[in-house]
Amino acid sequence: MAKEFIKGNDAIVKAALLAGCQSFYGYPITPASEVAHAAAKYFPRVGRTFLQAESEIAAIQMVYGAAAAGQRSMTASSSPGISLKMEGISYLAGAELPCVIVDIMRGGPGLGNISPEQSDYNQVIKGGGHGNYRLIVLAPNGAQEMCDLTFKAFDLADKYRNPAMLLADGFVGQMMEPVAFPAPIEELPAKEWALRATAESKDNLVNSIYLDNDELEQRNYDLTAKHDEIEANEVMYEEYLTEDADMILVGYGIISRILRTVVDLARADGLKVGLVRPITLWPFPKKIFAELSGRINSFFVVEMSEGQMIDDVKLASGCSRPTHFYNRMGGNVPTVDEILAAVREKYTATAV
Amino acid sequence: MAKLILQKPKGFYDSFYRKPGDKENTHYCPGCGHGIIHKLIAEAIEDFGIGDRTIMVSPVGCSVFVYYYFNTGNIQVAHGRAPAVATGIKRANPNSIVISYQGDGDLAAIGGNNILQAANRGEHITVFFVNNAIYGMTGGQLAPTTLPGMKTSTTPYGRDIQNEGPPMKVVELLSSLDGPTYLERTAVMSNASIAKTRKAIRKALQCQIDGLGFSMVEMLSACNSGWKVDPKEQYKWMEEMMLPTFPLGVVKDVREEREGWFRETRTMTDEAIKQELDLTMPEPTIFPSELKKGSYHNPSIKLAGFGGQGILSAGAMLANAGMEQALETSWIPSYGPEMRGGTAYCFVNLSNKPIGSPTVTNPDVLMAFNRPSLEKFEAEVKPGGLLMYDSTIIDIEPTRKDIEVLPVPATQIAEDLGNTRMANTVMVGAYIAQTGIMAPAAIDQTLPLALKRKTMVDANKKALAAGVDYVMSR
Ligand SMILES: Cc1ncc(C[n+]2csc(CCOP(=O)(O)OP(=O)(O)O)c2C)c(N)n1
Ligand code: SF4
Ligand SMILES: [Mg+2]
Repeated sequence: MAKEFIKGNDAIVKAALLAGCQSFYGYPITPASEVAHAAAKYFPRVGRTFLQAESEIAAIQMVYGAAAAGQRSMTASSSPGISLKMEGISYLAGAELPCVIVDIMRGGPGLGNISPEQSDYNQVIKGGGHGNYRLIVLAPNGAQEMCDLTFKAFDLADKYRNPAMLLADGFVGQMMEPVAFPAPIEELPAKEWALRATAESKDNLVNSIYLDNDELEQRNYDLTAKHDEIEANEVMYEEYLTEDADMILVGYGIISRILRTVVDLARADGLKVGLVRPITLWPFPKKIFAELSGRINSFFVVEMSEGQMIDDVKLASGCSRPTHFYNRMGGNVPTVDEILAAVREKYTATAV
Repeated sequence: MAKLILQKPKGFYDSFYRKPGDKENTHYCPGCGHGIIHKLIAEAIEDFGIGDRTIMVSPVGCSVFVYYYFNTGNIQVAHGRAPAVATGIKRANPNSIVISYQGDGDLAAIGGNNILQAANRGEHITVFFVNNAIYGMTGGQLAPTTLPGMKTSTTPYGRDIQNEGPPMKVVELLSSLDGPTYLERTAVMSNASIAKTRKAIRKALQCQIDGLGFSMVEMLSACNSGWKVDPKEQYKWMEEMMLPTFPLGVVKDVREEREGWFRETRTMTDEAIKQELDLTMPEPTIFPSELKKGSYHNPSIKLAGFGGQGILSAGAMLANAGMEQALETSWIPSYGPEMRGGTAYCFVNLSNKPIGSPTVTNPDVLMAFNRPSLEKFEAEVKPGGLLMYDSTIIDIEPTRKDIEVLPVPATQIAEDLGNTRMANTVMVGAYIAQTGIMAPAAIDQTLPLALKRKTMVDANKKALAAGVDYVMSR
């Protein structure tokens, strides 16, 4: 199939349109503005809605309305904007509305800077908004995945009636790579629960209020059951040379690309190093870490944050193996060499 | 509990089945304006026959349970966000009639920007705005519309306009915008005022039905619980306290000037969609090539020079062509502090296996297009790697002995062809000739993708060939 050589940010927008997304509501923020620019260009061309909202708060609420009306709808922003969207995300989850949110992460806290970081992990994986809810979070590491995981995000969102997020950074967004786009989706299944402004759908209610304590408790149990189902069925991760590995490197997004090269170089030096890359950050690929911890010597987590995902690696492996950590922050992307040096320092072969 | 003495309008559910407990009466306090306003809206929905296609947006406030009552599609939303949600619904389904029902805290305080912007966009929705000068639901706190001197839970000594400012006049505020079509303030107290409110509600809905744009009715409404006023005195209180600050009447009505808006829906073929999305790459032709040396395999290439020298597009030429030759490729620009020192660079990877890190500390190949980038990046080249530089522009020579060095008078060659700006393409030609990584025809095939100016394709083909020739005839 013919491929397109395309930036990750553009790939998201084209994939969304091919996946049947009908509306994009956004608010400019670097480095996510490129997504909005592409959406502003392409959504109207195929008769879909693009609107620049008055704020991220409004944009996510417009998505709430569009999703309630049964559309595939999306928004894109970057870290400070995602903080503002948290109200809406909680409501979307509470009312069980599907949608896709793109977060092209930048440096924080506060205004920070516009360079890539991975410091939104906690805010998007561990809550961020109020209440018991889960955001399905997918972490692409290249342009092809910006496309494929956009499709996946819409599918999972619809399947579970739950908001889904594409978590990336400016590095993955700016990088151009070949992308094979799938054919446009012809028709999506009707959403019986949606507000379609028809006699048949008139009794539908989109709501997150449960006044009665027991009812709300039950509601939460139901949501938990859904979360469990997602955890059981939708985990995605990639393993690279883990079979005989003594040390497992762990990283997501752009870091996983860098780690792949680190693994190759370490292997060339005779170090038995492998890589696990979570693709779904929630549901987190817990099992593989539990499994690996039985046969490896140590984990080595690399993040562009203070250390956020590392907590999940430790939980998943029951802290049963030393879990080393290397990080860069402030928009600095760690180089292959600096990680390799740190890996060498911590590497010890598993005693047999 | 307020009794709905008359028969319920059809705009209401026969029985309020979603409401816990009593299914006949509303949850509002006796004498509350919300109940009367609900009834007026329900009657209008019934009379207009729009119940099936109406979607009521329930706010946060005492009217949070609007969805208990209206026999329409219903959605409950976050505090103040109703106009934004209504925007998403209406745009998803232009045939729907979308009603945003909001209190004064909801609309004028927390949702102030949302209503302002929806009104200014001329959003095709109808807003029923219940101004009771207080936060009813949360225990009678100050609202933006609370009257000067009025005691509330959070202004126990009375609203002090030095501290809280004066009451906000919302319809007047919105009337300064060109966006809205119809704005009126009414009161819900005497029979006459209720009759006027009934009429205003209908005009506002008709405005939306006719596709004429944003309509809103602000309704002064009683909240005796919040005001701590005897229900029997509430209308007198409204008359004395509210009317002087909030004059009644139509504030804006430009329905005559507006044209009906009805969005047509489009269906497009797959082919048309792909065309519009610029997804039109033809199946590539693969041109045979032969690497000249094992070390030229799977290169990571750094291209560096001044901004404006076509560094990024030279990278794109290689990456685009590589993709079409079934290689894995990546291209990433790097700006940043280097820009200030006069260099911009990009990384290109060409590989026959998945590409790991798209940038590396020690590239296999460096193409230096100016002196600062040669000075800066020479040391980075991987031992045994290849360094190419524009020997027309760069007046120094590389010093490394452990790498292969290839000077290319790229700017001179480009100048001989009539345009120094094609030095980048000359360099690409020299690179593929030196390494054999791709046939020149492979670059030719994708030149149109890498060049901004499509008129330059033929000239660049010549520049590419000249770069190839330069290496071949060395
Ligand atoms: C984000 C958020 N902040 C605060 C509240 C608490 N709250 C609920 S209703 C309300 C005020 C509503 O007042 P108004 O809009 O005037 O409605 P009324 O009850 O007077 O009809 C507030 C502050 C909330 N639900 N959500
Ligand atoms: S508190 Fe006020 S607004 Fe709320 S129901 Fe009672 S009278 Fe109505
Ligand atoms: Mg109020």
